[in-house]
Amino acid sequence: MSRLTGNGNELLTFQHGVHPHDYKELSNQCAIERLPFPDTLTLPLAQHIGAPSKPIVRKGQRVRRGEKIAEAAGFVSVALHSPVDGEVEAIGLFDHPNGQMQQSIRIRTDRFSAQQIAGGQVPDPTTLDRKGFIGALQEAGIVGLGGAAFPSHVKFNLPDDKPCRYLMLNGCECEPFLTCDHRVMLEYAGELLDGLAILQSFVEAEEIYIAIENNKPDAIETLRRAAATSPLPIQVVGLQTKYPQGAEKMMITAILGQEVPSGKLPIDLGVLVANVGTVVAISQYFRQSQPLIERVITVTGTAVGRPTNLLVPIGASMQEVVDYCGGITDDAARILLGGPMMGVVQKTLDIPVVKGTSGILVLTENEVRDLTTYHCIRCGRCLDACPLFLNPARLGLLAKRGQWEAMEELNVLDCFECAACSYVCPSAIPLVQSFRVAKGIIREKRARAKTAN
Amino acid sequence: MPRQPLSISTAPFLHAADTTPRIMWEVVYTLLPVWAAAVYYFGLSAILVSLAATAGCLITEKWFAQESRNSLLDGSALITGLLLGLTLPPGFPLWMAFLGGVVAIGMGKVIWGGLGQNVFNPALVGRAFLQAAFPTAITTWEAPSGQYWQVRGTNLALPFYQGQPIDAVTAATPLSQMKFSHEPTAFVDLLLGNTSGSLGETCGALILAAGVYLLARKIINWRIPAGMLGAVALFSGILYLIDPVSYPSPWFMLFAGGLLLGAVYMATDLVTSPLTPRGLWIYSIGIGLLVVLIRVWGGLPEGVMYAILLMNAATPLINRYTRTKIYGHR
Repeated sequence: MSRLTGNGNELLTFQHGVHPHDYKELSNQCAIERLPFPDTLTLPLAQHIGAPSKPIVRKGQRVRRGEKIAEAAGFVSVALHSPVDGEVEAIGLFDHPNGQMQQSIRIRTDRFSAQQIAGGQVPDPTTLDRKGFIGALQEAGIVGLGGAAFPSHVKFNLPDDKPCRYLMLNGCECEPFLTCDHRVMLEYAGELLDGLAILQSFVEAEEIYIAIENNKPDAIETLRRAAATSPLPIQVVGLQTKYPQGAEKMMITAILGQEVPSGKLPIDLGVLVANVGTVVAISQYFRQSQPLIERVITVTGTAVGRPTNLLVPIGASMQEVVDYCGGITDDAARILLGGPMMGVVQKTLDIPVVKGTSGILVLTENEVRDLTTYHCIRCGRCLDACPLFLNPARLGLLAKRGQWEAMEELNVLDCFECAACSYVCPSAIPLVQSFRVAKGIIREKRARAKTAN
Repeated sequence: MPRQPLSISTAPFLHAADTTPRIMWEVVYTLLPVWAAAVYYFGLSAILVSLAATAGCLITEKWFAQESRNSLLDGSALITGLLLGLTLPPGFPLWMAFLGGVVAIGMGKVIWGGLGQNVFNPALVGRAFLQAAFPTAITTWEAPSGQYWQVRGTNLALPFYQGQPIDAVTAATPLSQMKFSHEPTAFVDLLLGNTSGSLGETCGALILAAGVYLLARKIINWRIPAGMLGAVALFSGILYLIDPVSYPSPWFMLFAGGLLLGAVYMATDLVTSPLTPRGLWIYSIGIGLLVVLIRVWGGLPEGVMYAILLMNAATPLINRYTRTKIYGHR
């Protein structure tokens, strides 16, 4: 049961967290536009968590929009499709948003490539059993569009002993600046409910929640109206605007009042969470035969000429995307994939948009100027910010001294790097950065100890 | 393309408005009305004593601080100076106040490694030194005189001058009156500060107002004044119920002496108080209990300073042994 009482209009939330300005006003009124097909697309084989896809095309081969160009390599892997009609120009190493060179398929777009999908046969979902549904999702290349790009079919492949009681759609979008989920909820409400119905027919949850932060009242309103006409047990829940409200654990706790035990998954509480964009992709696959070949991203920031919500074919170069959005200003200083709290800085725009890209954020020198760091004054603000109730001040001190074991003992591995601690730290200590380092070292030590045994 | 090359650093790229210097300066601003009240009651002497203590702090910070930047700008040495001044009697010799400031920053902060590194509250380190070195001068109290421009003769005493203070009109503080002759002071005098005592021991109402502001701004942790004042009220209340003749009332205990100044400004020092909620309760209740213990059974009339310093000493241990209850482990 959720914590909602009465009329269901009250706002739920979790304990702790921070309140940065959300900067959504830059792009939340901008209806989704479609990026014209770029001349070339670069599609990395590794765009999801798990094994990279295996190419099934060769250089010079002609491909159609929606045609499979790489297949899943194992269960935790998905297929990859061409977003355009064109020709395979190269298969080789290209820059990847993760900062490395990765095997990718580069496609040259036909001059008259159409929007028409030329995919294979898509099964009618009503004829599928659960296994068939899982297989279809893998074949459609669908991954979680919230950012982690975890293959959806793996998440929805529920173990028999862990039924899904609560199905939750995450429309919180708590990262400042990003508005793509917001626009998807407004403009794709029909597909969203349809995809939700398809998913529900396989997971058979007792209750369905669509969680939205209350800085998107129009999305709450739109989906409440749409849900009212649906036969499904849907409740659209308004959550307080607070970072990191959209973190899976925080959203679950806000709605159910229960905590996901450390080291366990939401399904251990009977909860299944999906991003709103992901269920839209499910609908688009089963109703329009369109596999995951494009996604909505937000191109925003004070250093972007024209902040935009943009439907982008996977593999389009960020340079081309940014150019379409009015280019970047002279005082641009940082380019981020994702939001300002958890986004990853890029050194070049010559990288492709991938399935996990939720936004491109360009900030000015003024906004990213380094703050003077001071010693920890033990003000305890990080303890009041941490949504997991960790002790970032103490962990930061231990990190400075390289006491990794002590950090492990204080559960630094639970940290999901939301950066709320660094956000509030008046001494501008790079807390979350040092936790990332510590987690890496601890994991490496564990791995080494394992192989030694 | 941008003029400067795109450079790499890591998220987050948003930051809350409060920085360490901003927090420190805000504390300085809240101290100004309290200081003005001291000037109102004790006149020019109050200004001189504060200035001397503050000068000792700032000069020591300037000369000895290890930071490459100008650490005077972070405001923390100024807080120490103002607070130290507020713990001294109005007729306190200026050279002693200056020396107290030097010790406060030198022994209380700089040798630990500067702001954020010290274990003890620097202002109280300075005062503890003065209490040990000059026990007579620091317990020579005068009643508020109303003569603003009169500089007390003792202010200008020369270093190591051994004779009697020249024209001191001394008066017992409410706490020593209570301790040594069992005479309580009227509550309204305690609240408004119309009593003898150290500069900042007098005006309870202003200190409370400053405390409310600091709490609202979340600069100080509410658990510290709550635990400290709560423990004093409860502990002394129990004693008062047992024997109202020999023990002072809880109201008296709360508003007499330096308890309010300690609860709002000293015990709440961010650097020297614990981090975790549980640790803060242990710390603040510990201070409250020690205050009553020293005031009622100790040799001194006032115990706030030693109570806070003792719990400061326990803070590293408290930090180590109080864990937060982590999400998903509860």
